[in-house]
Amino acid sequence: MTPQSTTSHNKSSNNSASSNRAAGGREKADKYTEFVSAGIGRDLAKRLGLPQPAILRRYSPHAPLVEGPIVVLGHGAGADAVAKVLLDWHQDVRRHATPKEKLGAIVVVLDDLANPGGLSEPMLAIGAALRDLNKNARVVSISREVSVADAPEVAAARNAVDGIVRSLAKELRAGATANGIVLQNGIPAGSPSAMAALRFFLSGRSAFVDGQFLTAASEGSRQAPHWDKPLEGNVAVVTGAARGIGAAIARTLARDGATVVAVDIPAAGDHLAAVANEIHGTSLQLDITDPEAGSRILEHAMSRFGRLDIVVHNAGITRDKLLANMDAARWDSVVAVNLEAQLRMNKALLANESFASNGRIISVSSTSGIAGNRGQSNYAASKAGIIGMVRSTAPLMAASGGTVNAVAPGFIETDMTAKIPFATREVARRLNSLQQGGKPRDVAETIAFFAQPQAAGVTANILRVCGQNLVGQ
Amino acid sequence: MTTPTTPGIRKAVIVGGNRIPFARTGGAYAHSSNQDMLTAALDGLVARFGLAGEQIGEVAAGAVLKHSRDFNLTREAVLGSALAATTPAYDLQQACATGMEAVIGLSNKIKLGQIDSAIAGGVDSASDAPISVSEGLRAILLDLNRAKTTGQKLKTLSRIRPKDLSPDAPSTGEPRTGLSMGEHQALTTAQWKISREAQDELALASHKNLAAAYDRNFFDDLLTPFRGLSRDSNLRADSSMEKLAKLKPVFGKSLGDAATMTAGNSTPLTDGASTVLLASEAWAAARELPILADVVDGEAGAVDFVHGKDGLLMAPAFAVPRLLARNGLTLADFDYFEIHEAFAGTVLSTLAAWEDEEFGITRLGLDGAFGSIDRSKLNVNGSSLAAGHPFAATGGRLIATLAKMLHERGQVDGRPARGLISVCAAGGQGVVAILEAR
Repeated sequence: MTPQSTTSHNKSSNNSASSNRAAGGREKADKYTEFVSAGIGRDLAKRLGLPQPAILRRYSPHAPLVEGPIVVLGHGAGADAVAKVLLDWHQDVRRHATPKEKLGAIVVVLDDLANPGGLSEPMLAIGAALRDLNKNARVVSISREVSVADAPEVAAARNAVDGIVRSLAKELRAGATANGIVLQNGIPAGSPSAMAALRFFLSGRSAFVDGQFLTAASEGSRQAPHWDKPLEGNVAVVTGAARGIGAAIARTLARDGATVVAVDIPAAGDHLAAVANEIHGTSLQLDITDPEAGSRILEHAMSRFGRLDIVVHNAGITRDKLLANMDAARWDSVVAVNLEAQLRMNKALLANESFASNGRIISVSSTSGIAGNRGQSNYAASKAGIIGMVRSTAPLMAASGGTVNAVAPGFIETDMTAKIPFATREVARRLNSLQQGGKPRDVAETIAFFAQPQAAGVTANILRVCGQNLVGQ
Repeated sequence: MTTPTTPGIRKAVIVGGNRIPFARTGGAYAHSSNQDMLTAALDGLVARFGLAGEQIGEVAAGAVLKHSRDFNLTREAVLGSALAATTPAYDLQQACATGMEAVIGLSNKIKLGQIDSAIAGGVDSASDAPISVSEGLRAILLDLNRAKTTGQKLKTLSRIRPKDLSPDAPSTGEPRTGLSMGEHQALTTAQWKISREAQDELALASHKNLAAAYDRNFFDDLLTPFRGLSRDSNLRADSSMEKLAKLKPVFGKSLGDAATMTAGNSTPLTDGASTVLLASEAWAAARELPILADVVDGEAGAVDFVHGKDGLLMAPAFAVPRLLARNGLTLADFDYFEIHEAFAGTVLSTLAAWEDEEFGITRLGLDGAFGSIDRSKLNVNGSSLAAGHPFAATGGRLIATLAKMLHERGQVDGRPARGLISVCAAGGQGVVAILEAR
């Protein structure tokens, strides 16, 4: 769902819309969502029982983290530590809900869960508070990873959280989401990487992330966070940056303070130049399937800026065909661009000492790679391949402090999905818990989170940005 | 009391370039103005070198075919670009040598310390060319503007005759001879006895070399697509001697069987724009920008093509020997030659003149022939016959291309690789320059 480039020309309209978004103003939802959000449309939808997607709260640097008080549930040291971090962030923190008081978020800390019976009290407390949640509220669980070494009752209780969060995400309305943070063994609930994940889930950055889990594999960076410009001083490369999701990623990383090198194929150079100039970055025209792509990217970043911190593998193509009608050109080009190019570039990146220490790699996968999609066997192969690549690259990077993660976008409103016939598109965009398509910037915000210094302990994650699409996990 | 201190001469370097692909007239850029194209070329350069919002010392560019409303073409393009609005700009025009003169003039300002950075450029559209009203109608309209009473106005208007209503389109004809550039070159080509085959060979090499350069991604950091075009539309990678041999002569037809110049070995009218980023060494170093080449020296020349015996496009045959003598160099000291292919015959006539003993002695005042060049060093990545020639944009294309080639070549026999550029121009002029690798 992430074209490296296409041929149509809508540069100016694209740019103006995007700059508005970068400024953080409320952007337009799709026409149906606008219609059912106010006036006659709202009444009509209610009466007819039609879907009522909310206008999602999206991130802007100076907006409040959440809209309303945050209730922290749990009795252990973990819950206390999380509450303290939230207070440090100047949030209005409560340790229990007061009936009729509107809430911005509920954080349930279950790191000390010993058996399924321990779930009853906190879950009923959440249930009692659900009606008091504000629009676009957040429910976030913090629990521990399930492993085969766990006692059966511990494993049962920990895995139960998975079912709870995914069900709650489907129950919530009005733009509210439920997500979870999974701590690997030995990682405290209040560790920097878990708290970076918590901040992401609470904020508007995660607007289109619903029913998902992030795993904190290590404590993460103790470096003082700079939440408004978390990427200040970093140099980032974004492939496929000329249009759509890639352009949104470039803009978002730049907004967060990174110096961006925008990469795309030479034929997309005019759109690429416009994006690079808009964000005061540089353009680098190259085909990522060129065997030298990795070294050329490194050379450009090192010679111009003396460093490279973040690489976002966004460039990708689709050549859809049923497998029964597939030809070698369609299969091979998709695998070459979407997967083999990333593998080759990663080798070059990991061989570079400067990048390997603390470097961040973020790949764009797809829900097609998780759930499969008819007519996309080649695309799904490449996007599922990325997931395998990320998981096996993570240990290679962990030694030197680097991380590698992937995002898996679901239905995102782009020029490409705008070409899907109206009825099919209208069905596709409603088939998730938030009943709407995501925006390119929703994918970009998740990528920007993975790139943050504070997320140093977050690696090997495949995070879906799909509004909890009904297919797949 | 303080006295002004004048900085000494310092180096002017080429950081890089950017152009849009050149399009045959009436093609992809048929509805693009000079300002559109120059702005696009500037924006691509700004993006490549991360200059958005930066104030550049000065931008100089020009167009040969220019609307009178575009009196501030370059400044308007800067204002429409991603550069800081505080970047000054001026227009200049020296026919087909406009881009060359922009590079030399701005380099000189950098060398003198007047500016630290500059962008030289050029643009031309033969598609969006200005068309003016006839001289007769223009005189009447101006009188009409001065007329005060209705009677005077009607009397002035009554002077309009049908012949006044046909517009004047621009032509490439020389005002003093009435001959087109092609007709002029046909005379020169015949004078130097350049064969049809030799011209076709040069044209074929231009297409083959340019196509090969594209295939090895040579232009990835020299070019930014525009209006859906990502390669020069005149390029014929599949051209062959057989195909070229089939074309009928279009210039010098009065020469009968001796006519040799066809559409294949002459450059077509083209639209396009190019830019070159120039800087002092310190400015480039402060931004960690690459340095491709030094702008060593430049020279302009002109011939009396109206009354004298030299062809319209032969000025470089005189300017190059002067430039080389001033720098203590001979043709053997160069690794690359970029001789603008206005026509294959232009390049070959120039080379023939340099190899001619009599020309060397009587016209150049030398002891013998000026010299010959190793043809394997000539236009190795193709030139105007393949890429096309949007008049003012050709200089920038040549400078940026040669600078990159020199940088890739690096050192030759313990000295920096060296290149010579020669561009002929209307009015019997020419501008030539020397670049050296960094």
